[in-house]
Amino acid sequence: MNSTDFILAASESANPLLPNPWEILVTGVGFAVLLFIVIKVIAPKFEQSYEDRVTAIEGGLEKAEAAQKEAEETLAQYKAQLLEARTEANRIREEARSEGAQILEDLKTKATDEATRISEQAQRQIQAERTAALSSLRTDVGTLATELASKIVDEALKDDARAQRVVDQFLNDLEAQQNAGASN
Amino acid sequence: MAEYGTGFGKQMLMIVLSIVLITWFFTAAIKNPKLVPGKMQYLAESGYAFVRNGIGRDIIGEKNFRPWIPLLFATFFFVLLNNLFGAIPFLQLPSFSHAGSAYAMAIIIYGTWIAVGLKNHGIRYFKLAVVPSGVPGWIMPLMIPLEIISNFIVRPLTHSLRLMATMLAGHMIVMLAAAGARHLIVVQDSLAMNGLGVLVIAGSVAMYFLELLIMVLQAFVFALLTAIYVQGAIEADAH
Repeated sequence: MNSTDFILAASESANPLLPNPWEILVTGVGFAVLLFIVIKVIAPKFEQSYEDRVTAIEGGLEKAEAAQKEAEETLAQYKAQLLEARTEANRIREEARSEGAQILEDLKTKATDEATRISEQAQRQIQAERTAALSSLRTDVGTLATELASKIVDEALKDDARAQRVVDQFLNDLEAQQNAGASN
Repeated sequence: MAEYGTGFGKQMLMIVLSIVLITWFFTAAIKNPKLVPGKMQYLAESGYAFVRNGIGRDIIGEKNFRPWIPLLFATFFFVLLNNLFGAIPFLQLPSFSHAGSAYAMAIIIYGTWIAVGLKNHGIRYFKLAVVPSGVPGWIMPLMIPLEIISNFIVRPLTHSLRLMATMLAGHMIVMLAAAGARHLIVVQDSLAMNGLGVLVIAGSVAMYFLELLIMVLQAFVFALLTAIYVQGAIEADAH
């Protein structure tokens, strides 16, 4: 019997709407068994797995959120510290600058004072030397005048012309002496 | 092999085989559940989630769907696998092309949703199920018989026959195409007829894939209708 004949025979011999009682029994009992297994074993396991995953994911998310929060806090802390350090550095720099300016000012004042002091000392020395020179000159002039006077008196007795020469001589000497003193 | 329509035969062995396969696959896949699922666990969980969320939660609703997950899950995969048997070489027989299996499933679902209606609403359920609200009184004599016929007689018949007929028709088309092609190639002598037989084989391959689609679709429709019937019984007073 080839397959074509088989199909024809099958379609003629049976009404597909009429059930085989065996099929109803086997399908009904089989489905009941399957349903029992699904209720007792399969569905609870899948639900459990689903729950576990939800819990794990939610836990993970919470953990991640906490870590994120902590990181943000640390960052803020670091930023604050950095800002503080910068302010501190600025303050120190500012202090150093003003301190430097102060030191410079002090040094300048000191130098000026020193210069003033040195120049005053020099003035005083010059004054003292001058006074000494004047007094010595006065002594010399006195001596010379006395000498001159004695000479004049001495010569006057002899010759007017001669006296005149002596006076000239004296004055020349004096001049020469003065020049030599000035050049010294 | 028993004659068509009588005795214990191949179709019933396939029913048993489907139960063994479904049980084996889903218990093996979820035996050591991992947080990050492997291929098998992922496949099984996707299937479970499809029925749980796509059929159960969407149709029955967030509040009541949880107790119905096992029934919908078992219904969907039982029908799906038995349909797909029709596409597997050597098995080559969709179990539900035999009316008895389709009737059995429809009877189980029918009994279930009526029981659910009675449990939720008592005997008043039959009134809720057949007397539509918001309809003028004079039309009731027409509406009530129609509702009785539609809900309690036609519904289980269409539920089972839709599945049985699509499976039987698909099975017959593939068989017919195969037998026709064999006849054209082997029995006929003309070269043109032989060529036509090759074309029929090509066509039957296309039919095979269409059948595959229908097998999955009908399993989905069967489980979806189950959910709709249960939902209607739970919330019979809402419409």
